[in-house]
Amino acid sequence: MSANSPVSSPAALRNMQEFMEGIWERNPVFVMVLGMCPTMAVTVSAMNSISMGLATTFVLAASCWLVSVMRHMIPKEVRIATYIVIIATFVTVVEYAIQAISLEMSEALGAYIELIVANCLVLGRAEAHAAKNPPMPAMLNATGMGLGFTVGLTMIGGVREILGNGTLLGISLFGPNFQPWVVMVLPPGGFFVMGSWLLLFAIYRARKDRNNAALAAQGASHGA
Amino acid sequence: MSATVEIRPAPHIKGPRSVEKIMLHVVYSLLPVCAFYIFQYGISALAMMLVAVAACLLTERWFITTGTQSGRLGDFSATITGLLLALTLPPGFPLWMGFVAGTIAIVLGKAIFGGIGHNIFNPALVGRAFAQAAFPTAIATYTPSFLPGRFTEFIPSSLAWPLMTPPDAALWLKEKHLDALAGATPLAKWKFEGILANAQDLLMSLSGHMAVGPSPLLILLCGAYLAFRRYMDWRIPTAILGSAAAVAWTLYAVNPGHYPSPFFMLFSGGLILGAVYMATDMVTSPVTPRGMWIYGALIGLLTVVIRYYGGLPEGVMYAILIGNAATPLIEQISQPTPFGKGGIGKPKRRGASYPLNPSYISREEAAAVTPKRQFLKNKPKRDSGSMS
Amino acid sequence: MSTETLAAPQVTPTATLLRVLGIVSAVCGLIIVGSYEITLPAANANRRIALERAVFKVVPTAKSIVEYYALPAGGIEQAKGGGEAPASVAKFYAAYDDAGKLTGIAAEAGAKGYADIVRIMFGYDTACQCITGIGVVSMKETPGIGDKILIDKDFQANFKALDVKLTDDLSALVNEVKTVKHGTKTNPWQIDAIAGATVTSRAVGKGINDAAQFLLPKLAPNLEKLKVKS
Repeated sequence: MSANSPVSSPAALRNMQEFMEGIWERNPVFVMVLGMCPTMAVTVSAMNSISMGLATTFVLAASCWLVSVMRHMIPKEVRIATYIVIIATFVTVVEYAIQAISLEMSEALGAYIELIVANCLVLGRAEAHAAKNPPMPAMLNATGMGLGFTVGLTMIGGVREILGNGTLLGISLFGPNFQPWVVMVLPPGGFFVMGSWLLLFAIYRARKDRNNAALAAQGASHGA
Repeated sequence: MSATVEIRPAPHIKGPRSVEKIMLHVVYSLLPVCAFYIFQYGISALAMMLVAVAACLLTERWFITTGTQSGRLGDFSATITGLLLALTLPPGFPLWMGFVAGTIAIVLGKAIFGGIGHNIFNPALVGRAFAQAAFPTAIATYTPSFLPGRFTEFIPSSLAWPLMTPPDAALWLKEKHLDALAGATPLAKWKFEGILANAQDLLMSLSGHMAVGPSPLLILLCGAYLAFRRYMDWRIPTAILGSAAAVAWTLYAVNPGHYPSPFFMLFSGGLILGAVYMATDMVTSPVTPRGMWIYGALIGLLTVVIRYYGGLPEGVMYAILIGNAATPLIEQISQPTPFGKGGIGKPKRRGASYPLNPSYISREEAAAVTPKRQFLKNKPKRDSGSMS
Repeated sequence: MSTETLAAPQVTPTATLLRVLGIVSAVCGLIIVGSYEITLPAANANRRIALERAVFKVVPTAKSIVEYYALPAGGIEQAKGGGEAPASVAKFYAAYDDAGKLTGIAAEAGAKGYADIVRIMFGYDTACQCITGIGVVSMKETPGIGDKILIDKDFQANFKALDVKLTDDLSALVNEVKTVKHGTKTNPWQIDAIAGATVTSRAVGKGINDAAQFLLPKLAPNLEKLKVKS
């Protein structure tokens, strides 16, 4: 979709780059491997993963926007304290919102909603990006990172739910006779699935590098 | 143009013993055990072995072709993993779960560490541990041995569709009017119901209908062959069995009513199989003789402790995995004393740290000052002919 | 950008630091309080619905509930709306039917299971002096093993009429509620454990026993007060 839409101005192009950075190129889960605590703990089902991801996305986008708005005002000496206060504020907001939307979800995610405040992804973005960029790119970049985080969590949560419960988003895939893989809904399952995805990406990247190298060599020999 | 010159590091003269040969002999020695196991449980056991070996070989092949793992299929190590895995799983274990366990055994136990010789844990046990964690119900469901018609009919749970729950083995036995027979392993029976099996049954596993694994006596015989041909170190099984017996005997002596006899400890369950074939895996066990004793004693102790005080009836698997994990540490504290350093009245040096100037080479050298590296400011050029 | 980097080494005056932190705190405080006020009604409604659902599951004839506290010194009192209950009291819910008549009592029980505390809600029938149903409030037991207490039909059948009769002086249960090994249940006050999930089954039994021993002696003398919905 993004490839087809005509990019009208360099500013729009830059915004698009800011947004896409977190989704693929620097995916917080699979590339930067940040925020592992919720990644391992709440990804027992796809729905939990999506909720956790969206909650984190909201916290990221809102706090990065506010940090960016206030970036000229905040003295360097107290910046980390200020960021943490801002992040904690939005985490509290998200916690209230989830309680109002669904109590079950709030119980399923438990303390991990509150622990978003300690997610190094959020503070990392605030410090590394939002504090140096104007509000619009900062928010786009944070939203992209948050959605990348959501995608990562959902890829882990989906596999764990399919194998551990035979369902995806609560819809039964294999009928009532499905044999659940108990380990998948236990903590080790999170590590197995996370490791398997990283392994697959590593193999993919190694192949791509090899192909690129081969192409480059070919090109060089042709050029010579 | 000229003959190819092969350049490789020492040693240049090798003994006849190679990885392939060792592995092949282990396979040979496993064959009688497998044959007897198939005789006990029929075609379900045979199918399980084929599936487990196939899973291991296919996974190994995939990882070798993608270049993520060293080794080759012809070294028989994956075959051994598959056979051992099949021997530790219950005979009526669904074949698709066996396939999953075999795949995990190679991926998680071996491939991600870099293939043969690099693994930290015994791959077969990694596969079994995964199966234990993923399918706790299926792996605790044993069917009795020596069932009539076992060579013509599969145990129905074996043929469960992939990803589906296996049919209830107890119902199947009821239909065949065999539900009075034992459906649990002797260890589970002792743990949950307090029933002890008699000694001869355990030793031979011949007198039918007892849900035990392969015969301990046969495994000991095959293991003795391996040890005799020096394809396996006799110290490890001896240490494991000795320490398990000693711990079990101590507890039995303290409270005979509560704890079973050491004999039962040794011959029920998979202790013999684990001690002879799994703990002795050359890659994952210590190489130092003293380390082997420590390693074996640790496994024996852990086995008995897990069996008595853990939640599961069988503890050999976790004991060996913990032993594997402790191997590097054990090797470090059990380094042999170098020749000429020990002796009467001299403190023995233990530990694997070597000084930069090892004093055991010679006294003169020990006192010698390491010459400082010289950097030549102006390197003499080759073509100037100034080289002496 | 360049002016910022040049200004950075300068020391910010304390007054500025305080002012900025004050402003940030004020803004954040406003956001938190605002969102709390907005979400509070919905969150409370959700909590009430969840509670009613849990109680209606164990007392199926109920249509409305009233929350009560059983005081440690004996006696009961109706819970004041809102706020957490003091730790020393036992919370229970009197369930009423359409006509406002008492149809059952629901209370929470908890005991240490295999992984964590298993918290259950049980329904108590005042007429037969027995427990008529249980539901799980929260647990972290092993999926596929411990959570069988929810789905195992034989286990659920234990709670059709689990006997919790009080002695004549209303001080304790006649028979302790006890979890017994699978297949050995002989008395109506025993709970037949699930084979392979003994620890969780035992936690349910212990939880019910503890809660009943505490709650029922205080409840029984005051039943009249509860008969009609107040």
